[in-house]
Amino acid sequence: MESTIVKSVDYNAYFGDNRVVKNVNIEIPRNTVIAVMGPSGCGKTTFLRGINRMHELIPNATAKGKILLNNEDVMEMHPIFVRLKIGMVFQRPNPFPNLSIYDNVIAGYKLNGIKLPKAEKDKIVEESLTKVALWKEVKDSLTKKGSFLSGGQQQRLCIARAVAMAPEVLLFDEPTSALDPISTSTVEELFHELKKNYTLIIVTHNMQQAARVSDRTAFFYMGELVEYDETKRMFTNPRDKRTQNYITGRFS
Amino acid sequence: MTQLEIELQLLKKEVINMWSLVQSQMVKAKTSMLEFDKDLSREILLKERRVNGAELKIDRDCENIFALLTPVAVDLRFVLAVLKINSNLERIGDIAEGIAKYILSAESSFKRDLLEASCVMKMFDQSISILDDTLSAFENEDTILARQVFQKDEFLDDINRRANELIEAYLKDHPEDLDQALYIHSIIRKLERVGDQSKNISEEIIFYLEAKVLKHKHSH
Repeated sequence: MESTIVKSVDYNAYFGDNRVVKNVNIEIPRNTVIAVMGPSGCGKTTFLRGINRMHELIPNATAKGKILLNNEDVMEMHPIFVRLKIGMVFQRPNPFPNLSIYDNVIAGYKLNGIKLPKAEKDKIVEESLTKVALWKEVKDSLTKKGSFLSGGQQQRLCIARAVAMAPEVLLFDEPTSALDPISTSTVEELFHELKKNYTLIIVTHNMQQAARVSDRTAFFYMGELVEYDETKRMFTNPRDKRTQNYITGRFS
Repeated sequence: MTQLEIELQLLKKEVINMWSLVQSQMVKAKTSMLEFDKDLSREILLKERRVNGAELKIDRDCENIFALLTPVAVDLRFVLAVLKINSNLERIGDIAEGIAKYILSAESSFKRDLLEASCVMKMFDQSISILDDTLSAFENEDTILARQVFQKDEFLDDINRRANELIEAYLKDHPEDLDQALYIHSIIRKLERVGDQSKNISEEIIFYLEAKVLKHKHSH
């Protein structure tokens, strides 16, 4: 039986008085890949950033309702702890340009003032890079700057950086939109592997990507969660007309 | 209109054209049998090539739509349905061709009494009418009409079931017509298949419009 790892209860997000996410209720099972899609401005990224409390970092941004991680309200946790448990990967690969590949992977520990023995750091670096299928490619150049890698490799390095903190959930905000098709394919393959150990929530504009990689898909429109169902069902016989219009390209 | 919508409309037109061609093959088969018109039967054999050509073209177009335009939801179901409808229409075309071949092999015109007693012309009318209904259902996205096909098919099944006894009864009085009776019997079997193919087509129409799978279900 799948257990729920993330649950939102009547979640609303605001920028000033503008409510951009409206009463979202969703349950996300552990070790699944969830695609979040919808037209620009539908609130999907805001919702994603609400899950690990990044929404509140924006001036004037507020939220109501609850986001539960393992049945505990994230608003009652320390935000740093939330972001350790719920990592995030962004649209453009953003490795720290002045840090080596090695230091990029363990950057989360350094930034949080966590000191680790060299042997443990080595272990984390190797394991994290292996999990993102990058170890073989970079094991002989760990001291080189992360910015020397290709776009696809940089994005996998960013995923390794998130994975290194041993999170339970990984959030991805359009993680392949800046990548070429080959790198995109490598990252998509990676999602299938990562799901064995983590729960992935991916905001994507690429509907075929949502269809290829996710177990369940959530469709947002004008701040509302219109439909949330198994991806197979969403792409063959969606229940809501608005979902059908969106995925068939007939959205006006 | 999106490129996908344009391509789907073109595909629908192609399927409707093929449907009309197959319908006309069936009507010609009926006329050819009634009037023992062997020229018309030869024409059916020639036109069968066009049916086959249309089938290949529709298959190729579906393949291109899948590869290039990745349809989803109702669009995906439409293209899947078209693939199967296409194959069923082609088989109905084969049936018309098969009937034409029987007519070409027959030595003399079919006796009116035999045509009457075997109900074969009624079966022709019914199978052509079913084909008309499936076309209208497809063109107008009418699942009520598509469902009516299941009932109409029962008439064809019924005659098919009684065919042996009807023909046997006729042969008791006209044993000299054995050859003709065998042809008629075979044609009845073929017309019953038209009903089955039309039923398959109706199931595909309902699948594409309502996302319901009726295949292998006894009651519709």
